[in-house]
Amino acid sequence: MSTILTVEGVTAGYGDATVLFDVSCTVAAGEIVAVVGANGAGKTTLLSAIAGLVPARAGRITFRGEDITGRPAHWRPGHGLALVAEGGRLFPFMTVEENLLLGAYAPRGRAILKERLEEVMAVFPILRERREQAAGKLSGGERQMVAIARALMCRPDLLMLDEPSVGLSPLMVGRVFEIVERLARRDGLTVILVEQNVTEALAVADRAYVLDHGHITRAGAAAVLRGEREIQEAYMGV
Amino acid sequence: MADLANILAVGILLGGTYALVSVGLNLIFGVIRVVNFAQGEFVMLGMYGAYAAYAVLGLDPAVALLVVLPALFVLGAALQRLVLARLRTEPTMQIFATFGLLMLIENAVLAATRGTAYSVPSAVAQASLSVGGVQVGASRLLALAAATLAAAGLGLFLRRTMLGRAIRAVAQDSAAARLMGVDVERIYWLTFGIGTALAGLAGCLLAPIYSLSPQIGTSFILPAFAVVVLGGLGSVLGAYVGGFIVGLTEAFAGYYLDPALKHAVLFAVFIGVLIVRPSGLFGQVGAEEVGLREQS
Repeated sequence: MSTILTVEGVTAGYGDATVLFDVSCTVAAGEIVAVVGANGAGKTTLLSAIAGLVPARAGRITFRGEDITGRPAHWRPGHGLALVAEGGRLFPFMTVEENLLLGAYAPRGRAILKERLEEVMAVFPILRERREQAAGKLSGGERQMVAIARALMCRPDLLMLDEPSVGLSPLMVGRVFEIVERLARRDGLTVILVEQNVTEALAVADRAYVLDHGHITRAGAAAVLRGEREIQEAYMGV
Repeated sequence: MADLANILAVGILLGGTYALVSVGLNLIFGVIRVVNFAQGEFVMLGMYGAYAAYAVLGLDPAVALLVVLPALFVLGAALQRLVLARLRTEPTMQIFATFGLLMLIENAVLAATRGTAYSVPSAVAQASLSVGGVQVGASRLLALAAATLAAAGLGLFLRRTMLGRAIRAVAQDSAAARLMGVDVERIYWLTFGIGTALAGLAGCLLAPIYSLSPQIGTSFILPAFAVVVLGGLGSVLGAYVGGFIVGLTEAFAGYYLDPALKHAVLFAVFIGVLIVRPSGLFGQVGAEEVGLREQS
């Protein structure tokens, strides 16, 4: 499989604090890659750096063969890179439909707006019912679905999900993971999944990286990591 | 009865003027979170723009709009990019910067005009109509109509167009808007430009009513702050309705109590509303319109 994303020696942080140290990782087209680690390990910062919200102080990020390190955050959704931030970050005073329309803000999305809206609503039938409802009034699970649907509006090549299971009921977590898996396996979407829920994440992922205090400490096939005693003890509560 | 009709007419017409001045101020606050003290100066520049268009080109203020509005849009957009954008990480300093702009613009105009007071004649605006025995000045009526059109047009723009939705998205969560592909900096200067152009619209339409002086901006900014706080910070509809609340309060207090007390009464109401409803009378609507969520 061809490599779609390469992160090479990226260092990033906020203000005086450095959160990521010389982080490197790769993602191949069509795979689900999990990034796991404790709270504050730098998982969100890694996604933010790839999304352009946090500048990389050193290193290089290459997406589909192009160096995108210096590209602004708003360039990325129109070029196939989408991030669903933790909690979904919906526009609370807008309707579900308006949120989805904003997902298609980039020219790439506007060109396919009508058909894409139908496609996305076919993946998440609940959105059709909630169409006119204010996003701020949705339940946690519905909110997460709208957020994922919104990120799909531009038909991304790479979808990054930051803690999609946080605050959801176990039933809802199962459904969200099921949808993510289906998008990857059936539609060929590439996914980076950041999760605290390591057991579930390793169950759907092809490969995984373990992030610890801003360093990547382990990498490998999800099936292998899942069986490792160290990983089980540190992250899976075994 | 005729008295009451008169007071209502005065209050509503005055309200239209206040609404017109306040809509842009509230848009800027809602989206960029800048309390723009210089908004009154943009009204003043609109007035002088109308005067210049009359003196040089012989244009009626209602026609001068076509020149003054784009000019003020460009000025506002430039000020956002060159001044306020550089202070993004210092929100308090942005407020001081708008205060600095207030003083700068006022004194620049003072120096340029040597303090001469001008008046702008307008064939369109000079007329007055008699509606059911109540005298209504055409200028005020025009301002009322413009305020209504501007508020409605802006509301439609914000709700129905992709760019309008992007502006609301930035107001509600600027980081999430970036993730949608919205160039947030561009939205800021566009918004500031629109807000400034709206002040210019007010200036052009009010120019025939007032005697122009460089200090006149200050007399608009105080009621405008009362309007936006009463109506709900950040809300276009709130600014529109707030204008009428302020206009009517002034008219009734001026007639039934004492003209000298009208501003005292107005600000007593203002403080009362703040205590009872800190989010303004239309706080909910306001939140819905542009949102008042913590940015990150």
